Amino acid sequence: MDDDLRPDPDALLAALPAPRGKLKLFFGAAPGVGKTYAMLAEAQEKRAAGLDVVVGWVDTHGRAETEALLAGLDVLPRKQIAYRGKQVAEFDIDAVLARRPALVVVDELPHSNAPGSRHPKRWQDVDELLAAGIDVYSAMNVQHLDSLNDVVSGVTGVAVAETVPDHVFDRASEVRLVDLPPDDLLLRLAAGKVYLPEVAERAAGHFFRKGNLIALRELALRRLADRVDGQMRAQREVQSRAPVWATSLGVLLVLGHGDEDSAVRQAARLARALSAPWHAVWVDRGHAGAAARSSVLAALAQAAEQGAHTLVLAGPLPASLIADYARRHNLSLLALSQRGNRPRWFWRTSLQQQLAQRAPELNCLILAAGERRPAATTGWRWPRAGAGGGWWQTTLASLALTAAMLPLRGVLDAANLVMLYLLLVLLAAVRYGRAPAAWAAVLSVALFDFFFVAPHWSFAVSDIQYLITFAVMLTVGLVAGQLVASQRQSAAQAGQREAHTRYLYEMARELGSALMPEQVGEITGRFLRASLNAQISLWLPDAEEQLEALPDTPLAVDAALVRWSFDHQQAAGQGTHTLPDAPQLYLPLQAPMRTRGVLVVAVPDVLALADPDNRRLCEAVAALAAQTLERLHYIEVAQQTLLSMESERLRHSLLAALSHDLRTPLTALSGNAETLLLALQRGGRAEQEQAALLLAQSQRITRLVTNLLEMARLQAGGVTLHQDWLPADEVIGTAIAALGSVLDAHPLQLDIDPACPMLYGDAILLERLLVNLLENAAKYSPAGSPIRISAAAEDGRILLRVADRGPGLPPGDPARLFDAFSRGERESAISGVGLGLAICRTIADVHGARLSAANRHDGGACFILSLPLRPPPALDFDPENLP
Amino acid sequence: MHALTALIIEDEAAIRRFVRSALEDEGYRVFEADTVARGLIEAGTRKPDVLVLDLGLPDGDGVSLLLDLRSWSKVPVIVLSARVDEVDKIAALDAGADDYLTKPFGIGELQARVRALQRRRSGDGSDNGGGSLVRLGDTVTVDLANRSVSRDGQPLHLTQLEYRLLATLLAHRGKVLTHRQLLQEVWGPGYVEHSHYLRIYMAHLRQKLEADPAQPRFLRTETGVGYRLL
Repeated sequence: MDDDLRPDPDALLAALPAPRGKLKLFFGAAPGVGKTYAMLAEAQEKRAAGLDVVVGWVDTHGRAETEALLAGLDVLPRKQIAYRGKQVAEFDIDAVLARRPALVVVDELPHSNAPGSRHPKRWQDVDELLAAGIDVYSAMNVQHLDSLNDVVSGVTGVAVAETVPDHVFDRASEVRLVDLPPDDLLLRLAAGKVYLPEVAERAAGHFFRKGNLIALRELALRRLADRVDGQMRAQREVQSRAPVWATSLGVLLVLGHGDEDSAVRQAARLARALSAPWHAVWVDRGHAGAAARSSVLAALAQAAEQGAHTLVLAGPLPASLIADYARRHNLSLLALSQRGNRPRWFWRTSLQQQLAQRAPELNCLILAAGERRPAATTGWRWPRAGAGGGWWQTTLASLALTAAMLPLRGVLDAANLVMLYLLLVLLAAVRYGRAPAAWAAVLSVALFDFFFVAPHWSFAVSDIQYLITFAVMLTVGLVAGQLVASQRQSAAQAGQREAHTRYLYEMARELGSALMPEQVGEITGRFLRASLNAQISLWLPDAEEQLEALPDTPLAVDAALVRWSFDHQQAAGQGTHTLPDAPQLYLPLQAPMRTRGVLVVAVPDVLALADPDNRRLCEAVAALAAQTLERLHYIEVAQQTLLSMESERLRHSLLAALSHDLRTPLTALSGNAETLLLALQRGGRAEQEQAALLLAQSQRITRLVTNLLEMARLQAGGVTLHQDWLPADEVIGTAIAALGSVLDAHPLQLDIDPACPMLYGDAILLERLLVNLLENAAKYSPAGSPIRISAAAEDGRILLRVADRGPGLPPGDPARLFDAFSRGERESAISGVGLGLAICRTIADVHGARLSAANRHDGGACFILSLPLRPPPALDFDPENLP
Repeated sequence: MHALTALIIEDEAAIRRFVRSALEDEGYRVFEADTVARGLIEAGTRKPDVLVLDLGLPDGDGVSLLLDLRSWSKVPVIVLSARVDEVDKIAALDAGADDYLTKPFGIGELQARVRALQRRRSGDGSDNGGGSLVRLGDTVTVDLANRSVSRDGQPLHLTQLEYRLLATLLAHRGKVLTHRQLLQEVWGPGYVEHSHYLRIYMAHLRQKLEADPAQPRFLRTETGVGYRLL
């Protein structure tokens, strides 16, 4: 039977997520204020209080007073990672997870790990530790807070590359401000007590100016005050229970106008300040270069990490797309960077103006340009549509047109010839896109000039008005090409989305009829290949929770990362926070009941996974596969249950039939023998002796058959125990009564403790067990010797003892007595085939009880049945029945 | 006084043969049937004083025959069962059988059961007029009219539930009552699954009435099936 049917409560408890660890942040305004010192001092206090504290990462920079605080703390060794031919020491997260301390100290939260580490950032390591239920002490400075990063670099003039997202700071259980007035800090600096990292050393002159330090201190204090304020507000909301959800203010950030990082940061800060949901979109018009594209996609990913919903829109008219999106999602505040506000050409209206026309109800916020940061280089790329051809064709077409029209020179008006060239340019634009259209325009102008404009056979232009012709032709070519390109782009994107939807729909339909996990792998692989040209590998857990890849998915993957993704139920690999340099994306298959496996997706174009659309497609596919696998699992469970029920039924009916078929002739045999015996006795005939033998032998066969059937029934498994609460004296009494005359030759000594609690077991089987033990005692002890039966509770178990005064147990291991077909002496005069004790042991086993045998110190054998003691059942209170 | 009649419904001729001679030894006029259909006809026409019924018959289940029979007859029924499973015996007893024997059984055993049933049947008719006093063994006397019990002449205090349990057993003296039947009669229909109630009160009753509660003389346990008052 499958365990899923009857969940083990322990397993259920174990499956509950461990409570999340607590993060205490030591927060400072600048390096050197004493965060590490304060942190270690507190860690020492915790250790003194008996907590298991380890140091995962601390750099004392040789400061003696700090180093002294490490004394007695368990400092974990660092992990050596090879990076660019050098050995880099990094914090070893696995060592901490394996050690599972109560508290770990991990200094320098904003640190970026060397490539090849599990997470790119140390704060992500800390996050995983917290998720594993380990408390963490860590430290950071105000300039490393993501949202304040720009401000700080603006104030100090020193750019800080390593940042920590604000949510880490906001969600920390406790933040302790380690404060030092600027003058004191400068004194410490002068005394050489502040270690300065190399980079900072160069900027030290800038950084440690008193003005800077005051500003930083103010920033730190204010940020902390914000945090406290937020907590107070949250507390008040909880207490008043009045939901403050009046405004439907939402922020929509429009990316794609440069300064993406700064824009995302500002929008995130804004949304946080407003406690509003926020979205980030980018309108892909099809002419962004690879570098610009990846920078925008990275910004989208960053926005998603900061809590934004992200989407790539496609279409030629950004303003209307954005306005529609904002209305649809009820976002009333539009944020765009300054660039987006500037029209590209003087005659065009800015995006903001267009938006104001199309959606006057939207508030528009122009974000400040990022400070002192080089704007992302916006590469230019020829439109994708038509890329890869058209140059030769347009050249040939222009030449052919010229050749065809040469004879008509003088017949047709020049204006009409120009029209034909214009048509050619337009067709080139439609067919091949903007670049070939421009080329066609240039070529056409040149050919027209050369062949048809006087003076003929020269590029010289006599009539200035032809310049207008040239300009118009070029403009038509470019504009038409642009229009076509963006139209194509949006059509392609819409087509891609439509295709994704169709794929998902078809995949869902096909998965609906899948009956094997292999089919799920095949279908998933086929669809991801068709939609993203991706290779996949599907990893499923076996009965021992070991993950194994389905055989048909020959992708070289990192099994450890598969395991990590499965255990943490988080995506890993390409485009995620966990080993983002891995070539594949690892998606856990999360179904309602549990994680069903891991889907590994490898895409030839690595950038494709950064596109939120494609990522969403992969996640949707993973969700579908997960649900299908769960459905398959439960189908299997149901089938197994059915099968085991069926086989149990079959076994039962087989044994019942066997029992019936054996007992019926035995009944006839012994009954008729007895009749015969009675008749012969009455007649005083000498043959009565044979009749008596007949009866005795048939009774012996009956006993044998009964034992064999009983053994078969018990050993066939699936014995249904009819467990009930049984008083010890009743069980013993029925066994004695069942034996009847067998015990006549032995005086019985009953010693049943009145305080003995009730047994929980199957009345018939326990009676059978005692009958066999008593029968043995009677059989192997001389007539007239007493048999002692006792029942009492001892050490949390109920002990039933059957003791005789016979010869005792045969030499050797007493446990062997309980093997089937084993008897004390090989050939003895006492009948039986040695099944009795084997049946006893099987019955004890199914009750979770122990059966043992020993010799009594004063002679004879003693068999002890030790049953687990269970809390007795409750009775309805009946005052009258109190003893 | 006409001879008592018995009906054997059993498909195995060899078994019918010795059951017949055992019953004839007891002074019964014996009729036989080998199917459910024949059995019902015989039971209707012969009006037997005792019925020995095999549970496994070729054309149907003995339990269904019992259910049918009980709708029009109160004849004492002893069930013969070759099955080890107590469930079948309980089903037969719940359907109205009075007693059961597991194959193979001894002739003496069968005759004793038949005698006990017959005694109860005649007792039903005559003893009731004799008074409300019932004796259990030599020591215990139950006064049904005053709802009092005495042991060795000393009045014995029984709780209400204990008395009700005893009275129920007395009303069906000699007959095996299943756990379910007892729980339903004494505690009510809501308690039929609470068999530990029954076991606990039965233990109380034995402590009060029996000389040796572990080896009771009249409050007998039918293991896995129920209880019987002898």
